[in-house]
Amino acid sequence: MRLPDKQGHFGQFGGRYVPETLMPALLELEQAYAHYKNDREFKEEFAYYLRQYVGRPNPLYFAEKLTNRLGGARIYLKREDLNHTGAHKINNTIGQGLLAKRMGKSRVIAETGAGQHGVATATVAALMGMECEVFMGEEDIHRQSLNVFRMKLLGARVTPVTAGTATLKDAMNEAMRNWVTYVHNTFYVIGTTAGPHPYPMMVRDFQAVIGREAKAQHRKAEGKLPDCLVAAVGGGSNAMGLFYPFLNDHEVRLIGVEAAGYGISSGKHAAPLCAGEVGVLHGNKTYLLQDEFGQIAPAHSISAGLDYPGVGPEHAWLKESGRASYVSVTDEEALAGFQLLTREEGILPALESSHAIAYLLKLAPTLAKDKTIVVCLSGRGDKDIHTVAEAMGVKLQ
Amino acid sequence: MTRIGEKFKELGEKGEKALIAFITAGDPDLEFTGECILEMEKGGADIIELGVPFSDPMADGPTIQKSSERALTAGTTLPKILAMVKSVRQRSRVPIVLMGYFNPVFRFGVAKFAAAAVAAGVDGVLLVDLPPEEAGEFKKAAAAAGLDLISLLTPTSDAGRIAKVAELGSGFIYYVSVTGVTGARQSVADSMFGKVAEIREKSPLPVAVGFGISDPVQAARVASVADGVVVGSAIVKLFEEFSGEELKSRLRGFVAELKAGIGNC
Repeated sequence: MRLPDKQGHFGQFGGRYVPETLMPALLELEQAYAHYKNDREFKEEFAYYLRQYVGRPNPLYFAEKLTNRLGGARIYLKREDLNHTGAHKINNTIGQGLLAKRMGKSRVIAETGAGQHGVATATVAALMGMECEVFMGEEDIHRQSLNVFRMKLLGARVTPVTAGTATLKDAMNEAMRNWVTYVHNTFYVIGTTAGPHPYPMMVRDFQAVIGREAKAQHRKAEGKLPDCLVAAVGGGSNAMGLFYPFLNDHEVRLIGVEAAGYGISSGKHAAPLCAGEVGVLHGNKTYLLQDEFGQIAPAHSISAGLDYPGVGPEHAWLKESGRASYVSVTDEEALAGFQLLTREEGILPALESSHAIAYLLKLAPTLAKDKTIVVCLSGRGDKDIHTVAEAMGVKLQ
Repeated sequence: MTRIGEKFKELGEKGEKALIAFITAGDPDLEFTGECILEMEKGGADIIELGVPFSDPMADGPTIQKSSERALTAGTTLPKILAMVKSVRQRSRVPIVLMGYFNPVFRFGVAKFAAAAVAAGVDGVLLVDLPPEEAGEFKKAAAAAGLDLISLLTPTSDAGRIAKVAELGSGFIYYVSVTGVTGARQSVADSMFGKVAEIREKSPLPVAVGFGISDPVQAARVASVADGVVVGSAIVKLFEEFSGEELKSRLRGFVAELKAGIGNC
């Protein structure tokens, strides 16, 4: 069965829970996407930019030292950190940018947490000559000042959001409000596999290049399918991109790693699949952090990109159907993962990706040496240097 | 016929238009909300809309966002709002509509909520983020319980959408006069006139117009074409400036001015 269904449902999850003002825009987007995803010219242009501009295909790197250190399965890193702008986010913004142009929209808006999606959207807006406004929680603006400046250099307007917890979820509320107001000329570039239909499907499709490349590269290197895929899950776009081409390969284990923050039992985490309840937020039904009365609870993660109380509806479905499993690692474990990869392989992972790396410490040693794991190294860690330094008690100038 | 239907019928017979006054339930606390409902009724409000506060009000502007935050800080929950309505019902027959977002209702349980709302004396529910495509289960539950499901139309709704949405709703149709979030505005868009006429062709339900209406002059302009006028943020703004008895008397006064304005259309 191909999911989502016509109304954007993955089982009970997904859908379109938005104000009526946006329904016509979503229907228009759905039609445009349905047309262009099969349009030869669109597909060629998308492939062209991924190759010539993003730098794809990026390598599937065999992390030999890390493998030896952990003493179990062979570990491969899918190097999304080597993409232009330093993360997987650009795959999706190229796709949505090309679509926005074809739909005749002159202005794009985006929400951002860590700033990677904001940078990727601002980049595409610069490339394609569109006006760009990025909504970002004030808290995240402090945590990610480097990315804020990058967006401004790229010509985007960065609008601070002070409402609520002043993080990613509030940025998304504000982007929705802006979209409702300027829907006639504005395209909302959502950065993850969440939001109302068709976004979870469309973002997944644009990100699926990660899994398609990884599958072919792994086959070439090992002559078989990998045994396990591991990816960090906030909204879930890098994980969905990696998992999707393997959904029907049932022998491949899919493992999503959520942010446990200070620990699940502390209540201060960002792990709705591990410890949330089903609800409706930002246009879709999914697992959410919420109280018994349906108020959304603040998330916490050291990684701004994972600091979100919801998760893409297809992940909710993969959990419910049992096709994928979801685990969590704490801030502290993620920092250890960051340092491990830096010291063993000379690669600074983003704090988001560090969660996936951290889980390898638990997983890899339990698997035999002829097994393989593909990890999505979704982004580079340069943007997180200040956060890491602070956590280590080091003061930078 | 529900209290909402009766109210529009009664006003229609008198040649009057409805004033629908919105406040957030629980701002600053629920006991006070109960008193405000009665004051606004005395001032001339025909229908009361109570905002159910939500942590992530993505269709609301700053005034109602802040009001919702105040209500949540005071510990307002959906069960407590229903209890408050139940107590108000002992003193008033004014129709009451709950307006809010789907998640608190979903968490309560859709069927359980519809029954509890009617038992408490709620007459209608308007869920901003529940378009017809997702409203099937709720519509069934509301119909079974005898609760009006107020549906929304907007300037972006084309003929197809109008037909689809009109078919879903009961009680009245809420036409959102602007593409945007809630909040007081300087003027009301002219596009309203054509759209309201178009909606009337497709639905026998009364049409109320809201979003951005902030004074008696605008209210009169809207009432010249609609069956009802919804005023929200302009009323809620009073909660930022005043409190206690002063607030109650200003509420009653402002509602009376709006109702008088509507009478002058």
